[in-house]
Amino acid sequence: MNNDEIVLKVEDIHKSFGGIEVLRGVSFDVRRGETKVFIGPSGTGKSTLLRCINQLTIPDRGRVWLDGEEVTNSGARINHFRQKIGMVFQNFFLFDHLTALKNVELALLKVRGMGKAEAREKALTELRQVGMEDWANHYPAELSGGQAQRVSIARALAMDPDVILFDEPTSALDPELTREVLEVMKKLARNGMTMLVVTHEMGFACSVANEVLFMENGVVAEQGSPDLLLNDPQFTRMKDFIGRIDSRMSD
Amino acid sequence: MDVLPILLDWLPYLLSGIASTLGLVLAALGLGILLGLPMALGQVYGGRPIRWAVGIYVWFFRGLPILVLLFLFWFGIFPAIGLGHYSAFVVGAVVLGLRGAAYQSQIFRGAIQSVGEGQMIAARSLGMSRFTAIHSVILPQAMRIALPGWSNEYPNILTDSAVCYAIGVVELLTITARIVTQTHITIPIYLATAGIFIILNYGGLKLLHRLEARVAIPGFGTGAM
Amino acid sequence: MDQTVFLFDILLPALLQGLIVTLQLIVCSAPFGFALGIAVAVGRQYGHPVISWFCKTFVFLIKGTPLLLLLFILYFGLPSIGITFTAFTASVLGFILCNGAYNAEYIRGALISIKDGQMVAARSLGMTRWQAIKNVILPQALRRAIPGLSNEFIYLIKYSSLAYMLTVVELAGAGKQVATKYFLYTESFAAVGIVYLVLVSVTTIAVNILEKKVAIPGTVRATPAAQL
Repeated sequence: MNNDEIVLKVEDIHKSFGGIEVLRGVSFDVRRGETKVFIGPSGTGKSTLLRCINQLTIPDRGRVWLDGEEVTNSGARINHFRQKIGMVFQNFFLFDHLTALKNVELALLKVRGMGKAEAREKALTELRQVGMEDWANHYPAELSGGQAQRVSIARALAMDPDVILFDEPTSALDPELTREVLEVMKKLARNGMTMLVVTHEMGFACSVANEVLFMENGVVAEQGSPDLLLNDPQFTRMKDFIGRIDSRMSD
Repeated sequence: MDVLPILLDWLPYLLSGIASTLGLVLAALGLGILLGLPMALGQVYGGRPIRWAVGIYVWFFRGLPILVLLFLFWFGIFPAIGLGHYSAFVVGAVVLGLRGAAYQSQIFRGAIQSVGEGQMIAARSLGMSRFTAIHSVILPQAMRIALPGWSNEYPNILTDSAVCYAIGVVELLTITARIVTQTHITIPIYLATAGIFIILNYGGLKLLHRLEARVAIPGFGTGAM
Repeated sequence: MDQTVFLFDILLPALLQGLIVTLQLIVCSAPFGFALGIAVAVGRQYGHPVISWFCKTFVFLIKGTPLLLLLFILYFGLPSIGITFTAFTASVLGFILCNGAYNAEYIRGALISIKDGQMVAARSLGMTRWQAIKNVILPQALRRAIPGLSNEFIYLIKYSSLAYMLTVVELAGAGKQVATKYFLYTESFAAVGIVYLVLVSVTTIAVNILEKKVAIPGTVRATPAAQL
């Protein structure tokens, strides 16, 4: 694997909602196999940024490239790019009327046009990856939050994406369930998956992230390895932010 | 073919049809409350025989087509019990009312049941009798909750009233058919009548919604049903 | 005349004939009414503004007009502009339009109730809007619409009797003919009524079974069972 290859290029993303500028020019490159973690106070546009990357939200300005092809302004081809850019949501968004297995299969059948047997095989493989094979025939409402989130990760994985966007994947989960999801994500990172993760889990960021981007007021305020941001005295803002969270948690 | 002058010629006749249609609807709505509310109370607070009887009544009147009910009462029941001299209008109004009562009773029942049990307990704890509690605590709330659902019965009764054509009630549709026969103008006249029904329909609903707003209690039951 | 002779040799055979016509009316109307309901609801909710407006207006007009008047327009009115239907066809068309408009309201309500996340997740996997509607949104919405749709189906059973006003001798018409011929009104119409009650009650039971069958495991049934 060529570790210097840039998979995803994000350039100068701007986005306003009702006159409020949520993103004020965000740029970064993502190399293959890299895990980037986005941290910062809520309302600083982290989730919007992820949605701008796969155009679920159309940015006002700025461009996104995947493997050298422009994702922004790609018209109907956006559905091709979205297959290559997986996404995992805070509230899972599993398809409520389908079993875990069918949740993973659906896009393989309808978007990739895969045959039934092949899609099933593939879906089961992905469910095994996230440790949910035994739950293949259960419906979302029968799963715990952690299980549902693992299925939704499998659903994203099934499309063989170049990169997966995780939008606060554990924010809706209890600590116990958070751990099982983070374990799956760590495993993915170790296996070389390219990941962009919006999260408040500092432990995860420190152990997995190649780079942490601290976002504040719609821009990347600090950027570097977790070690650097936490220990180098020239970086203070993320440390302040973490301090605020920690003191709030211990209240 | 200039339709407008012809329509204007027939306007008084059309207006009498509108009056007749509205008469049917109002009679049916009135009868619906008069019978439907006691039936609902019977179903919620009554003993087993009453609940059973109301249940059968509702099942019967909601299960039969309006056309069959009209035939049954006009040709069958009214003459059979010696009321054959009543006009088709009366029979039509009674049938719409009896049927309306079946539907409306279920709206009232739902509303009564949705008033929290705490209200009854609180009323009884103040020494109110069961009757007083129902009358002055439960019903004032339940009727307000029921009003939106009850309003929505109006369009149903209005459109059903046209079926009274089948037993010869001289209402709007009957008059329309007569004008069509006389003038040989079909579609424009039918469409004019459709327009009148649409206006009566949504106009009446608007009035009812205004009534809802008037009796609303701030912060109570907004969108409860 | 002997009651049993009247009942078994005259009334019931006539009603059976009528029942067959009633069932034909329903079978010819219901599937198209269902399809029309989906099309209008989806058009209203997801279509181009012009389409959405048309769907909205269609529902508005049909719901505002008595079904019997609609049937008159189709059967007695349209021939004046050169469009002629048989009484049966005109009835079926009227039922489809009416059933479709009311179904559309229930389906639209169900579409609105599906959370945005379902569409977002489907789009994030690369589905087109229509793929997402067809594979993700509608299957869920239709389940939620079952109580309302079954109510409308029951209305269709009952209102199919209006075809008699266009001379289609269905169940109510068959009863009317026998009643008029033998002057046994109460008996005949009561018998007709019983057949309708059976039809409606059987449908109610069938719908409840269907609803349980397609219910998604783990979800609580939020809507009450179908009512007459």
